[in-house]
Amino acid sequence: MWNDLFLVPFFAGLALAVLLPLLGCFLRLRDEWLAALAYAHVAAAGALLALVAAVAPAVGGVAAAAAAGAGKRLLARRFSGGAHLALFLIGGWALAVLLAANQPLAERLGHALFDGQLYFAGTGELWLAVVGCAAGLVLLWRLSQPLLLAHVYPDLFRARGLPAWPVETGFDLAAALGLALATMTLGVMGAFALVFVPPWLAFRRARDWRGGLLLALAIGVVAYVAAFALALALDQPFGPVLALLLVLVGLVIA
Amino acid sequence: MTPLFAAEAVVAGWEGPVTQPVDLAAAPCEIVGLTGPNGVGKSTLLAAIAGRARVFSGSLERRPGLRIAVQTQEVPPVDGLPLSGRNLLALTGAVAEGLPVWLAGRLDERLDRLSGGQRHYLALWAVLEAPADLVLLDEPTNNLDAAGTAHLAERLRARAARGAGIVVVSHDAGFVAAACHRVVNVDAPDVE
Repeated sequence: MWNDLFLVPFFAGLALAVLLPLLGCFLRLRDEWLAALAYAHVAAAGALLALVAAVAPAVGGVAAAAAAGAGKRLLARRFSGGAHLALFLIGGWALAVLLAANQPLAERLGHALFDGQLYFAGTGELWLAVVGCAAGLVLLWRLSQPLLLAHVYPDLFRARGLPAWPVETGFDLAAALGLALATMTLGVMGAFALVFVPPWLAFRRARDWRGGLLLALAIGVVAYVAAFALALALDQPFGPVLALLLVLVGLVIA
Repeated sequence: MTPLFAAEAVVAGWEGPVTQPVDLAAAPCEIVGLTGPNGVGKSTLLAAIAGRARVFSGSLERRPGLRIAVQTQEVPPVDGLPLSGRNLLALTGAVAEGLPVWLAGRLDERLDRLSGGQRHYLALWAVLEAPADLVLLDEPTNNLDAAGTAHLAERLRARAARGAGIVVVSHDAGFVAAACHRVVNVDAPDVE
């Protein structure tokens, strides 16, 4: 456990275990938790596509998710009821699986992304996760009040002349980039579990907004550390262990 | 006194015109009631003053730098959110001083665990006491009991005394008479 081989992936995942539950609170506030799953699948497809095109997978994953985040608002006007997010999810999954099935180069990374093999994360992923987490936390701190006001009092938000698009597009981009980084490191379902379960529980239990953020953060970090140790001790892929642990925590606490 | 806004023969609407031409203005420290039958576009007129609905004809001038606080009939979507009353007031910048006793002690509770009337009054309070020069309220007495309505009338007067102009759309004739300095009736469109 205290070997660099494990410490590097541990800290890379820990940075994301701090960011994802907080990001998930704002996705849940906006009733957009499906977007997290969509971004994760689009990022996986982008990473595999980049690998096949001899580009760094992280670049492809981040670029694809960023394009999805930026294009989301345009498509939302055309497709109601979140259909565009479902299309992102289905399209991303299909492309990723087809690439993994047909390109030997993509097969190994495809398995890592869908199985959630955190232990493949190296120093590059660690730095990306730490910088991404710090940038994401600063952005969430800046956008927190405008996002809450725009949700609870949309008319007051407009009457104050606050511009909606930097807040909403800024958040969409932050969510897409956060999910892309997390997918590269924790895998698709590991990232989604951290973005969905802790906020879901925190929203049911917390008494106020700050309490909700802290509770989501605590659940995410404790579940992550426990899943890391369990997966290592039992020699199991990390993603499913984390997801299962969070499901069990959810069933007990909810 | 210079009005906060002045509407002359304004026809407001969304995709198309909704209201008849209306003259309306509000000065600082003034409470103006806006009444009329259903469907004449009172809420649309309020939305036009807030800058949300379209002005099809006439003129609508707002004082430069005017800060507007607006409350609509839509209930703030707080179900399932860990938001307390104190969070709500902090969000709009409203102060808690002056809240009725039946609410002051419940500020730390989640909004989705309050009664409909309590939640409505807090949501209304967060707008009424937000930093603003002009406060626009649409049917604020909905969901309020007699005590809540009486307290609201008193607070409107207190808010106006501190310099805000207030425009209130209401069907409640007793409330309008008790709270407003002046009443403007919006006519129904002529039917031919």
